Amino acid sequence: MPRSPRSSSGEGRALPGLVSERGGRSLASRILPAGTGVAAVIPLLGLAFIILVLLLEALPAIPYNGVGFFTHTEFNLGSSYGVMVHTGGVAHPQGAGYGILGWAMGTLLTTAIAGVIAIPVSVLGALAIVFKLPRQASTFAGFFLELLAGIPSVVIGLWGVFTLGPLIGHSEGLLTAGLVLSIMVIPIVASTTRDLFRSVPVLQRDGATALGMTEWEVVRTVTLPWVAAGIVGAAVLGLARALGETMAVAMTIGVVLSASVPSGLFGSFTTVSATIVTQLDSALTDTSGFAVRSLAEAALALAVITLAVNLLARLLVKRVAVTGLPVGRGI
Amino acid sequence: MTATSPPLTSGIGGAGARRRVLTNRLWWGLGGLSLLVIIGPTCWVLAGVFARAAPHWRWSVLTTTGAAGSGGLLNELIGSLVLLLGVAILAGGVGLLTGIYLAEFSTGRVGAELRTASEVLAGIPSIVLGYVGYIAFVVTFGWGFSLLAGLVTLTLLGIPYTAKATELALRQVPTGYREGADALGMPAGHALRRVTLRTALPGISTGILVALAISLGETAPLLYTAGFTSSLPSFHLLHQPIAYLTYAVWTFYNQPSRQAVDLSFDAAVILIVLLVVILVASRLIIGLSQRYSEASRGR
Repeated sequence: MPRSPRSSSGEGRALPGLVSERGGRSLASRILPAGTGVAAVIPLLGLAFIILVLLLEALPAIPYNGVGFFTHTEFNLGSSYGVMVHTGGVAHPQGAGYGILGWAMGTLLTTAIAGVIAIPVSVLGALAIVFKLPRQASTFAGFFLELLAGIPSVVIGLWGVFTLGPLIGHSEGLLTAGLVLSIMVIPIVASTTRDLFRSVPVLQRDGATALGMTEWEVVRTVTLPWVAAGIVGAAVLGLARALGETMAVAMTIGVVLSASVPSGLFGSFTTVSATIVTQLDSALTDTSGFAVRSLAEAALALAVITLAVNLLARLLVKRVAVTGLPVGRGI
Repeated sequence: MTATSPPLTSGIGGAGARRRVLTNRLWWGLGGLSLLVIIGPTCWVLAGVFARAAPHWRWSVLTTTGAAGSGGLLNELIGSLVLLLGVAILAGGVGLLTGIYLAEFSTGRVGAELRTASEVLAGIPSIVLGYVGYIAFVVTFGWGFSLLAGLVTLTLLGIPYTAKATELALRQVPTGYREGADALGMPAGHALRRVTLRTALPGISTGILVALAISLGETAPLLYTAGFTSSLPSFHLLHQPIAYLTYAVWTFYNQPSRQAVDLSFDAAVILIVLLVVILVASRLIIGLSQRYSEASRGR
C-alpha cells in the first residue's frame, strides 16, 4: 500500500512515528489516539468519582455538624433506640454529636513524629547511598528500600504491636504509632531524594571538589541547593502518606474515640483514618445512617487535605525532572 | 546557605582544616547511621515476624481452609491470588492504554493534567478508597461484599502505577526505533505493537508487578468491599465475598485464642514471601532486559 511521505512536523515534543501518522490512512492510527485517550481519562474520572461519592454521602450531615465538626472532640452516635430528632430538616438520633478535632490532632501529631524522624534520616541515608556506597551496595540498598516500601501495612502494624511496642513499654500509643509511621515514610522520602541526588550534574560537583572543598562541603554548597525544592517535595510526599496511613496506625495507636488531649507520648489516641476503619462497622448499626454520613464527612476532609498536599508536593518535585515510579503508597 | 566553614584558603594545614575534616567526618558518620536506621528496621520487621511465626509453622496452613481464627489460610491465599490476577488484568490493561496515550499522543496541557490526576490518585488514602467503594459499589450499586467491588477498588489504586510505568518505558524507547519503523513504512498500529511496545515490555511488566506488590499489601480498600468468607473463592463476581491474606493479619492478631494470633503471623509470613517473589521477579526482568539490550548493541 503506497503511503504518503511523512509530513515534516518537527515541532518539539511529539514523538515521531505515531503522532505523524495521524493523517495516515491506517485504521489503527485513527482509533488508537481516541481509544487510549478514553483510558487516560479514567484516573481523572476516578478522582472525581471519589470526591463526588463522599460529598453526596456526607451532604446531609454537613449542615448539622457545622463548623463544630472541626472544633469539637466528642463523637457520640446518640441513642439508637430513641426517637429521631429533626434539626434543620435533618433526621438524627437524639444526643448525636460529632466532632473530629481530637482525631485530626492525632493525625497531625503522628505525622509530625514520623516527619521529624523520617525526613532527616531519609535525606542523610540517601546521600550516603548515592555518594558513599559502592555501586553493588547501593543497588542492594535500593532493594531494601523497595522491600521496606512493599511490606504490607498490617505486617508493620503486627511488628509494632508485638515487637516494637513491648520494647517501648506501650503496645498502643501515640509514640508507637509515630515510630511505626516513620518506618513507612522513610522508603518514600529516601528513594525520591536518592533519585534527586543522582540527577545533580557531575561537572558542578567536580568543580567544587577541584576548589578544594571536602565531600560534605560539596554536598552542602552544590548538591543540596541544586535539588532543594525537590527535597521539600519528597518530604511533603512522605508526609502525605503519613496523613492517610490507616492499618498500621489503627493497630498501634489504641483508637480512643472522644480523645481530646493526648495523655502524653505513650497514651492511647486516635487518627482520622484509624477511626474510620475501626468505626465504620459500628456506624453501620446506626439505623438513621447518620454516623456513616458523619464518617463520610471525615473521609471527605481527609481526602481533600491529602489531595491538596499531594498536588503541592508534585508541584515541588516537578521542578526537577524525576524519572522514577510514583511513590504515593510506596515502592 | 550560610557560610559556617572558614574561608577555603585558610584551611591548609591549620586548625580550620582540622575542623573542616572533622565536620566532614561527622556528617558522613550521621549519613552512615541513617543508612543503618533505614536497613535496620527492615531486617527487624522481617526477623520479628519470622521469629514469631517459625516455632508454630505448619505446612497444612497452606492446604486447609479455616474459619474464625482456626484451621488454615488456603481460602485467604487463593482469594489474594484471584484478586492479584484481576488487578493485573484490569489495572494492567487500563494503565497500559493510559500510558500509551500519555507517552505517544498527548501533547501540552491536556497530557500534563491527566498525568497529574493519575499521580494524585496514587496519593488518596486507601481507607478513603475503601469507604467510597463501600458506599458506591457495595450499597448504591447493590453489588454486595463481592469480588467485583474489591477488584474495582483495588484497580483504582493500581492504575497510577501501571500507567506511570508504561509511560516512562515508552518514553525511553530510542527515537531511532520509531523512525526506523516509520521509514520501513509500518502502519502506526503495527509499529506500536511490534517495535515500540515490544521494546518497552520490560518496563511495563515491572510497573504491573509494582501494582501487584501494592495490591497484595492493602487491607483498608478491601475490608468493606470484598468482605470475608471462610470458604474458597466462588468466582462469582457479585454478592459473594472473597477472603484475602491481609484480612487474616488484621482480624486475628488481637483475638484471645493463641491459635488465631498464630494464624495472623502465618499470614504475615506468606505475605512477605509473596512480596519478595514479586520484587525479585521485577529485578530479574530489569536485569535480563538490560543484559539483552547490551548484548544486541554489542553485535
